[in-house]
Amino acid sequence: MPHDQHDHDHDHHGTSPSGHPYRHDNDEALTYWQRMEIAVRELLIEKGVTTAAEIAAQIDLMDSRSPANGAAVVARAWTDPAFKQRLLANAGDASREMGFDIGPLHLIAVENTADTHNLIVCTLCSCYPRNLLGLPPDWYKTRAYRSRAVREPRAVLTEFGVDVPQDSTIRVHDSTADMRYIVLPARPAGTENLSVEELAAWVTRDCMIGTALPRAPQVVSTGA
Amino acid sequence: MADRVRVRAFMPPGHVRAPAYLRGKTGVIERSLGAFGNPEQLAYGLPADKKPLYRVRFTMAELWGNAAERPDDTLDAEIYAHWLEEVPDHAP
Repeated sequence: MPHDQHDHDHDHHGTSPSGHPYRHDNDEALTYWQRMEIAVRELLIEKGVTTAAEIAAQIDLMDSRSPANGAAVVARAWTDPAFKQRLLANAGDASREMGFDIGPLHLIAVENTADTHNLIVCTLCSCYPRNLLGLPPDWYKTRAYRSRAVREPRAVLTEFGVDVPQDSTIRVHDSTADMRYIVLPARPAGTENLSVEELAAWVTRDCMIGTALPRAPQVVSTGA
Repeated sequence: MADRVRVRAFMPPGHVRAPAYLRGKTGVIERSLGAFGNPEQLAYGLPADKKPLYRVRFTMAELWGNAAERPDDTLDAEIYAHWLEEVPDHAP
């Protein structure tokens, strides 16, 4: 279709061929703190305190952290009672023991049981065990989640598809200071014969925030 | 620190990490966490005193009254000792 034909329907203007909106170019002026970050970073490099390669390596390290790390910790706790005790006593040290480089993270594991469900939030900002699980989901940082999780956790959980029975206790944990939290979900019935690697596939990111329960991994058809 | 504590209800200016919704509310010490740099100094690049930090457990009934979804559900938060005042177990 010739491009000078302007009388046809232009409803698709601003969207990609697949119908999604194009993301705006970030042409806005830098904020004060963006300029501050660039200035400090360049000074640190100029003065030989660090190098661009070291900064890139740290970013790579953070990007390499994922919920799979936490899933491995949970699956180990499900299969190794002595490890579970160490995890509940000091989740940071138990994670380090498994070889995860979590830096100075102070981590507390809270255990879901037959009559207790735990939910993690940070009402003040977006505290999250990033050094173990990687970056938090966007919804975790929203004012809606942060305010509602402490005020009406049952309503929030229902929206996530988790219905906690009225005779179970919900314990909400607000990460207000130096600790970070991970939920140790209850091991699902019927998983007795699974290996620790198979069990880890049942543990999603949201299970460790408390907004989901472990479930059998979705099998992706290969089409073969 | 007593088992029962109340979060101080004052509203100082500046960076603090005691959430407003917990101020004036009474809970119980869930565990002691050790001492950590005072965020009210750290936030301004000042040398920070080490302050004892506690996990305090509140009932939803205490926080939200009749609006609580289920009164016995709980909320735990980390509160520094200088934000806590002791509550006698048997108030007169």
